[in-house]
Amino acid sequence: MLCQECNQNEATVRLTKIVQDKKTEIYLCPECARKKGEFGLGEDPLSLHNFLTAFMGGDPEQQKSRSGTLTGVAECPVCGLSYGEFREKGRLGCARCFSNFADQLKPLVNRIHGREEHRGKVPVRTGGLIRKKREIEKMRKQMEKAVQEENFEEAARVRDEIKKLEQEMEED
Amino acid sequence: MSQEKRVQKEQSKWMQGKGPMSDVVISSRARLARNLADFSFPSREQKEDLQEVSRQVVEALQDLPYRLDFLALDQLSELEKKALVERHLMSINQAGPGPEKGLALDRDQMISIMVNEEDHLRIQVLYPGMQLQDALRLVDEVDDALEQKLKYAFQEKWGYLTCCPTNLGTGLRVSVMVHLPGLKMTGNLQQTLQLVARLGLAVRGLYGEGSESAGNVFQLSNQTSLGLREEEIVDNISGVIDQVVEKERQARQELLQQREVDIKDRIWRAYGLLAYARRITSEEAIALLSDLKMGIDLQIIEGIDSSILSQLMVLIRPATLQLINNRELDEAQRDIKRAELIKEKLGGGEKHVR
Repeated sequence: MLCQECNQNEATVRLTKIVQDKKTEIYLCPECARKKGEFGLGEDPLSLHNFLTAFMGGDPEQQKSRSGTLTGVAECPVCGLSYGEFREKGRLGCARCFSNFADQLKPLVNRIHGREEHRGKVPVRTGGLIRKKREIEKMRKQMEKAVQEENFEEAARVRDEIKKLEQEMEED
Repeated sequence: MSQEKRVQKEQSKWMQGKGPMSDVVISSRARLARNLADFSFPSREQKEDLQEVSRQVVEALQDLPYRLDFLALDQLSELEKKALVERHLMSINQAGPGPEKGLALDRDQMISIMVNEEDHLRIQVLYPGMQLQDALRLVDEVDDALEQKLKYAFQEKWGYLTCCPTNLGTGLRVSVMVHLPGLKMTGNLQQTLQLVARLGLAVRGLYGEGSESAGNVFQLSNQTSLGLREEEIVDNISGVIDQVVEKERQARQELLQQREVDIKDRIWRAYGLLAYARRITSEEAIALLSDLKMGIDLQIIEGIDSSILSQLMVLIRPATLQLINNRELDEAQRDIKRAELIKEKLGGGEKHVR
């Protein structure tokens, strides 16, 4: 099979990209794969410094919003961390900083992790509501599965449990 | 024995080198970063906040189902702190200056909790061999127990809130220390480590940069902590480690089949130098111990425990060596004491010497 980029060399690399659940696949020769920059392994691709530099300077779109908002971002009301300090060191100062600098942080977090939302453990104390929400999501899937399998009794049972949990959440 | 003395003299469990795949995997580590919701992070250096954090953590430690001793780090000497770093129980960062730093350790030195490092809490579990699942299970348990007493900083979208955005989400960093002399000798190391990096893991030489690590010891760890469940992070890295172990074992067999004399010569030379040298630097010792361990794992050398590398890679390091000898030693003196210690561990080796 020929490379789908240059149509000249033998394709030896299959590049699979999954962006928001849409999967695209292309076949490339090693040279084009390298040009695509998907396999830049020489330097540490995830060093924080690289991220910050790319995040703060590289993208003209972001540069604009940066100059537009830099002075507009107030320092954290709890720990006093300024946006300038955060930008310089890439470190947050307290839990409140995350909501204070949320807009600036969001693209950085996405770039570092390649994902937007936490899916792991939820603490019991500070995450009571979230735990219930996750539980409900899980049960919804159970219910759908039961419906597909035409196991309506089970589906009804899960539905009632979901209702109960939702009520509990409202009372909280 | 005082707490501090015990910390130095007793061996950490991971150094005993047993466990699955211990011919290639030296140790498995799982670490959770956690912060308390109502206090500024250590980087802000708000002494009162950090004091209160430390107080609450020490109180929470009392109620854990494990017995952990708490060390206030400002009570320890520089040497003692460095020795804790050398046996991977705390970070270099934690040995440096900063208010209200602490370290909690259990008797086996499998659980270590850094207090007021970059985050309020760094909960670490360290096992010998390939035991990441167990490490995750235990660190999760410790975390649950602490959380009953402490109010963690947590947010639905970004999970556990950490000082550095690279730790957001699960706050989990898992790392596996591997010994790869076979791949180094067959010239396949670079390629393998590149593959590992391509699969999304970070690779770090333990003694030096890139693929030029003396001792051929590398640490592989996950790069990202947000968006995957903890079990998925562990499964991903475990899958990669399986492949690395397989490749390393193949490389060793290949060497044995194709370059038997070369390889045996190298291993016995390493033994000879280690057993008879009168002075030896850390770098030389680590490189020779790497050869020796491979010889033991290939059953070329018998009667020496394969954990020799795990043990000695800590015991011969400068701070630990000085603590074992109960006195300060300059570099030249250390080289002599290091050679003595290694000889002793290898069981003398002085049969033919008057």
